[in-house]
Order: sequence, then C-alpha cells, then structure tokens
Amino acid sequence: MKYDAIVIGAGHNGLANAAFLAKAGMKVLVLERNPWIGGAAVSRELHEGWIYSNCSYVCSLLRPEIYRNLNLAKHGLQVVPYGGGATFLSNGDILGNYVDHDVKRREIARHNKRDADAYHRFSRDVTRQCRLIRDFLLRTPPDPTSFRPRDISELMYMLKKFLNLGEKTMYETIRFYSMSVAEYLDEYFESDMIKAHFSGSGIIGTALGVYSPGTAYVLLHHYMGDIDGSAGAWGFARGGMGSVSKALAGAFQEHGGEIRTSAGVEQIIVRNGKARGVALENGDEIYADVVVSNLDPKRTFLKLFDEKDLDPRVAEKARNFKIRGSSGKLNIALDGVPEWPALGENNPLRFGDMHFVDSLERLERAYDDWKNGMWSRDPYVDLLIPSLTDPTMAPPGKHFMSVFVQYVPPKVKGKDWTDEDRDAFGKVVIDQISRHSPNFKDLILHAEVRTPRELEAEVGLTEGNIFQGELTMDQLMFNRPFPGYAQYRGPVKGMYMCGSGTHPGGGVMAAPGANAAREILADMKRTNVVPETELDD
Amino acid sequence: MNKKDHHKTFVYPTAFHSRTSRLNQMQACHRWKDYLVADVYEDVALEYFAMRNSTGVFDLCPMTKHKITGPDALEFLNRMLTRDVSKLKPGRVSYCVWCDDEGQVIDDGTVFHMRPGEYMLCSQERQLDWLSISALGFEVTITEPTHELAALAVQGPTSCSVLRRMGLNDIQNLKPFGITWFDFQGSELMVSRTGFTGDLGYEVWIEVSKAEALWDALFAAGKEYGIRPIGTHALEMTRIEAGFIQAGVDFLPADEAVRPGRTRSPFELGLSWLVDFKKPNFTGRKALLEEKEKGSRYNFVKLDIAGNKPARDAFIYNSKKQVVGTVTSAIWSPTAKANIALASLHAPWGKPGDELYAEIYYQRELKWSRVMARATVVEGAFFDPERKKVTPALDF
Repeated sequence: MKYDAIVIGAGHNGLANAAFLAKAGMKVLVLERNPWIGGAAVSRELHEGWIYSNCSYVCSLLRPEIYRNLNLAKHGLQVVPYGGGATFLSNGDILGNYVDHDVKRREIARHNKRDADAYHRFSRDVTRQCRLIRDFLLRTPPDPTSFRPRDISELMYMLKKFLNLGEKTMYETIRFYSMSVAEYLDEYFESDMIKAHFSGSGIIGTALGVYSPGTAYVLLHHYMGDIDGSAGAWGFARGGMGSVSKALAGAFQEHGGEIRTSAGVEQIIVRNGKARGVALENGDEIYADVVVSNLDPKRTFLKLFDEKDLDPRVAEKARNFKIRGSSGKLNIALDGVPEWPALGENNPLRFGDMHFVDSLERLERAYDDWKNGMWSRDPYVDLLIPSLTDPTMAPPGKHFMSVFVQYVPPKVKGKDWTDEDRDAFGKVVIDQISRHSPNFKDLILHAEVRTPRELEAEVGLTEGNIFQGELTMDQLMFNRPFPGYAQYRGPVKGMYMCGSGTHPGGGVMAAPGANAAREILADMKRTNVVPETELDD
Repeated sequence: MNKKDHHKTFVYPTAFHSRTSRLNQMQACHRWKDYLVADVYEDVALEYFAMRNSTGVFDLCPMTKHKITGPDALEFLNRMLTRDVSKLKPGRVSYCVWCDDEGQVIDDGTVFHMRPGEYMLCSQERQLDWLSISALGFEVTITEPTHELAALAVQGPTSCSVLRRMGLNDIQNLKPFGITWFDFQGSELMVSRTGFTGDLGYEVWIEVSKAEALWDALFAAGKEYGIRPIGTHALEMTRIEAGFIQAGVDFLPADEAVRPGRTRSPFELGLSWLVDFKKPNFTGRKALLEEKEKGSRYNFVKLDIAGNKPARDAFIYNSKKQVVGTVTSAIWSPTAKANIALASLHAPWGKPGDELYAEIYYQRELKWSRVMARATVVEGAFFDPERKKVTPALDF
C-alpha cells in the first residue's frame, strides 16, 4: 500500500497539514503512537464523568483562516471566550483583569491611578506589534541568504511591512524583540504588582525569567490571537481542547484521509537521499512520496532519522535546539465550586484565569528554583475552571480545574523525576491554591499531576516543552527550528516538518501545519489550497 | 469608585443623577467614561433650541479634570502646551492643545488658571500618564479630581439672566474665558464663562456634596427663562455649529493611534493659532517647525454643503472625481439654516474656492439614494453670535 503522503503524529498541526494535503487531492495517512489522537490538544476522561483538557487548555491563536477554510465549525469546533482574570495579592486584595474596558481601567486605578492611564499606551504598543506579526503567521519565512526570487520577494514584503510601521515603531520593534518582559513593562507601569500581573504572559511555557531578554516577545505570542475579531481574547474549545483535534480530523477524513492510532513510527526510511516512507515500531513498513513529521525538531532529526543519514552539522544543530522543559500541569476533578474570598461574591473574574504571584521578585525567584533544578516553591500558575463556562466538561454542579504551572524542571537536581518528586510538586501547587481558597482541598476528587516527565512520555514533546522549542529570537522566523530548515523542508528530499517547532511556533495555531502543506503542495506541483492571511488595514 | 467591589457597578451615576434621571423621559443614555449620561431627555430639537433660544443645562461631571500645582506649574504647562500660557492671568481660561514629540495632537482642552499658580486642565481623554511623563524635571503636583468635582454647562442666551436670578451678583461683567467665585450654601462655587456651544454660556463647578442643591437652585432660578436639561445629542449639534473639534471624532488622540499616519498636527486641525513658536521650547516644537517649513499633509475645513441631506461620514471628492478626504462631523444646522460639516482633506485640497463634492448616502422609507452635493469651504464658525462676546452679558 503506497500513499502520497504520511504524516507522523496526529497532533493538531499534523492533522491540519494532512487535511490540507487531502483537500488538495493527495492520498494521506496520519500515524499516531497513542491510542487516541490530538497530541497536546486533547480531551481525556481520566476521572469518570469529567473531561480534562489535560495539556493545552485554552484557545486564541488558532488561525481563523484555517478554522473557516477547513470548515471546523461544521466539524464541531466552537470556541467560547472566557472573561478576564485576576492576580491574588499577598495582602488579601486582588488585581482584576476585567473584560469591560472601563471596569478594567478603574480596577488598575484603584491600585495606581497613573498606571490606569498608561494601560492604553501599553495596549496601543502591543497592538502595533500584534498587527505586524499577524501578517506573517500564515507565510513561510524567507531565507535571508537566498537569492531565489521567492525569498527575495518575501524579504521585500517583510521589509515593506516593517517600513510601514513608521520610524518610531521600527526602533521600538527592534528593541521589543530583544527585551525582557519586566523591562518592557517598566516603560509603561510604575506598580511592581501591576507589572507582575502582566508579565505572566511573558514566561508561560518558557525556560526564561521575567528579567531574561526575549520574554517580551513571549508576551506578544499570548496577545496576538483573537476570538471573532476580539483581539487578545482567549476562550475554551467547547468539549475541551480535543475538540480542535477532533474537528481537524473530521475535516481530514471528509477529504478521504486515513488515521491509524497505536501506530508509533520507529524511523523514516531513506533511500538514495530521499524519504521513501516509514518503518513502524511493530516492524511494518509503509511507503509514500512525502513524509511529514509533526514531532518536535529534536525527535524528528535525532530519533526518526538514522544519524548516519544526516549531515553531522545538521545533527549538531538539532542537538543544540533549545527545547527545555519548564512547565507542569495539574488537572483536577472538583466536587463543587471553590470559594475565592478575595474575589468577593459573584465576581465575574471567577470565570477567568487566576494567578497568585504578585511581584516581579517572586516571579524571578520562581525561575531561580528552576535554574537550581527544582520546581518553583512559589510557582506562577495559570488556573482556570473551564466547567464554569463549558457545561460539557463535568457533571452538573461538579467542576474541572486546569492548573498550568511555571516553573518545573525537566530533571530534578539532575536526576530523573520520581513519583515522590511528582507528588511533592503537586502538593506545592495545591497548597498555593488553597491559601486563596479555603474549601479547595476538600473538593478534590481526583488530581492528575503532570511534570515534564509525563508530558514527554505521553505526548512526546522533548522535555515536555509546550511550544516544541523556546520562542526566542534565535529560534523564531527564519531561525525556527534552525537556519536552513525554516521552510518546512527536512534534511532529505521528500521529508517535511509541520510541528510547532517550525514557524510560527506553538500555541495551537495550526499555522505550522498549514504552512508546511503549502510548501509540500508547491513541491508536488499541486494547486495550493492553503488559505492566505485575511489582512486588516 | 475606588472600592474593591466597583465591578458591581459597571456605570456610575454622576453627582446630578438623582435629578437628571428623574427628568430623563426617554431613558436614553450612554456611557461617558465611568458615568451614565443622557443622550436626550425629551426631544433633541427642543433641547437644541433651549441652548440657542433660552438656557440648556448639560451635565459635565464625566469630563476629565486634572489639577496642577507647585512652583513649576506654569513652566510645566508652557512646556507641554503648544500655546503660550505665561500670559494667562489668574481667573482666566484658555483653549489649548498638546502634542507628542512628533507634533501630533494628543488631546485638546481648556486650561484654567484659578488662583495664582493653581491650574486645572480639562480634557476629553485621561491624561495622567502623559502629564506624569511630561512632568519629569518639574516640581509639580498633579491630581485628577474628576470624581470630586461636579460641573454643569449652563448655555444659551438667557444663561446670564438665570445665574443672576440665582443670586450670582455681577456675573454679567464676567468676560468670556473669565473665572469668578461665589459662596453657595457655604461652599465655593466656581463659574467660568466657557462652553462647548459657541454661544453665551457658563460652566459652574462645585464640590460633589452640593451638586444636587446647585441643580435645584439653578432650575428654580431658570423657571421663567426657559431652562431645560440637555443631552449629548443636542450638545453635539451646537458644537458642530461652533466649529469645535472633538477627540475621537474629528481627530484620533496621538497616544491611542495604532496605525501610522492616522494622527493630526495642530496645523492639520486648523489650530495653527494655538502654536506659538516664540516659545523657545515645547513638546513637539521641532516637528511642528519642520512641518511648517515642509507643509502639512492635511487640511481641516468647515464645509457648507448644497442641499439638505446631512453629509455624515461622506467622502469628499475633487472636480476630477478623486477622493480627497472625509467628513468627520456633519449636521443640518437649524440656526445657521445650512447643511454643515467638518472635514479632513488631503493637502492641498480645502482652500476657499476649491471645487469639492460630498458623496452622501441617505434613506427615505428604506430606499437608499446617493447624491453628490457641492461642498464649499467656509471660513469662521457657522454660527457666531455677538452675544457670545459682549460684556456685560446681555439680558434676554
């Protein structure tokens, strides 16, 4: 049996890639190691009656062009925005990030009047950066060293967009991409607590601290999405993040695609410098003209290939690719609604994201622990209760809580994680939450604690890095995953990459999968079916 | 408003809410910053004519007010504003704009020189961030007492009579842009001869606790002078007739503009008279000087448009059918009996005598039509009554 293309890994990017290839008329097979599909965009029933978004848990960056083009709404995907969030302060107060513009402003003013007025300047400048980057999400990065007409024209496009920013914003942009999130926020806000609140977006999923250069961009990565045009809004995929994968799989199958689960790939078969197919873990061989890897660059280059098939310098680049584990996750089934005395009654922020670290120093100390090979003793968490918004996640009156945790090291003091380590880490997080919610501990029916060990073992992300590689300037755009390989083509002919380790990175965008499909279709001399960015003026 | 549970009140009542809400027959309101204000109380036309024929009272509480004091207050303001305010004596008010480093208008407003060295800056947008940035190196104290100070605009030909009847002796001798103070039930009542209607009118300022009493006294005094509360719809008509611009409508505040090229300089808003290059240094001076030499990108014009269809949101064309700009504000003016508009046009268009057309879409019984109406550039306000300037103010 021979296919036109094999996609390794049924994560959302693998499925998006496969869906576009199938839509263009190719005969495509998706192979998935796990008995279920979705990679890190999954909904799993780990406690009876509860659906866990046990990896990625919120949605904003998924490209609307892909959503529409692949008819994901028809395939059951609905993204429902959730409202705002809050940072709980050590003094018992909160800083609320209310959805309503005026209420939000008043809330900041309650803590610092000037910062409330500065907030719109901050929003303006972040919006400028969002507008710039959004134009490039569904484009293949140009190779700046190439003289091919396409690369030159892409470079010119990039330059034009950059020049259109105006002189002042051009300077700001260059600074922005190299700054730390804390220093960036210094340019707007006076209050350390307010800066701490906004800087959380700069460290999520990143093995860097709030004072590390490059984290300002990570903030942008969390701001550049939208829901139905509401810029920066995040929401829940109804039914959990698995609904994203399920809808993509539905679109793929609608176009005749085939998915095989429990089918782990051992190696890519290379003959005469060309990819010919894959060898499965069970020894079967399947052949195809095109082989696409949705795995991260490290796994793709160092595990799917026989290193002998690679140029030694390529193997070296893959080995040095930064994909450090820095995050953990708790997924908790609750017997009822946790109380948050600091929020007061009926505060709309209870539907939003909650955080418990209120100073930049505490955030930096949390990072210090990670550098020392330990989980943060006072971690930054991003806590949400999706079941308050999405009635399908838990039985009536019961709730599902998703707790993302930063920082968690890939190894504990240089040693592999043990179950005792994992439980001790889980306890730190549960203790931190219960300091702000007196009834929380009593409500816990089941808790899944995930460290980089579990994320790597189950999802296959190296070190459990949620973005398939750090989002720093040296690994973005034409440097993602590394120079010479940013246009989705792998080290041998007929082999491609479509995971978040390629441009424009992670965050459940489906853009890497779509961009890779466009390149493959061009190489196969097929008509492009991947949509272009719908530009705003 | 400063309490933790402020989120339970999305929109706040102003200091006059107990009075305005009772009079608001239409229950038509909108949100102005943190507050609820009336679009219209009973009827837009009646409210408009109250301001042009008798007295209209407009609730000004939500307007942003900043107080600036300290030894460097004047020097600071003179550095920030494009206009020279060193000549602004205590007890006087001045219209002003301020710009960013690139000479683009951040906002316009009025600066009050109250007691010597004590200033108040009123503006559409909140300016604490910009004021604080601009205050580096100056010994000044800046506060924003918007919520503590209640204010009403009392506008129209009988406004002076109303205030006199209320017992504000000698108010007729207050010159335009003058400030004076009275005792009102033991509190200080500040009255300025200012407004947004281009007519005879005053603004009255008092501490929040006396707001309702002030309203009652004013309406009791105005009973025989046709006093009437007015909403923002009617005020909008009068300010367009006066040719006054509004932030967020006729120009985009420079500190909110995301897209390059969307902002305007004072020259591009017809406000060159507010830019004083004799001042050695003010924010935006260098850029504005350069613009003065090189020329501006836009002209801001007042247009008299043929026919009777208001040119709301219309594109403006030249005689070669090229789009040369857009209308920013437009109404049929009941007092000038003209179809008027404010418009931003690409330079060099907008000189008196230019042949321009407004593309107007209008609807009659759900049928949409389009008309290309001749637009004539007008100089000066559409409506500029003598009574606005005369001191002592005339009795009507």
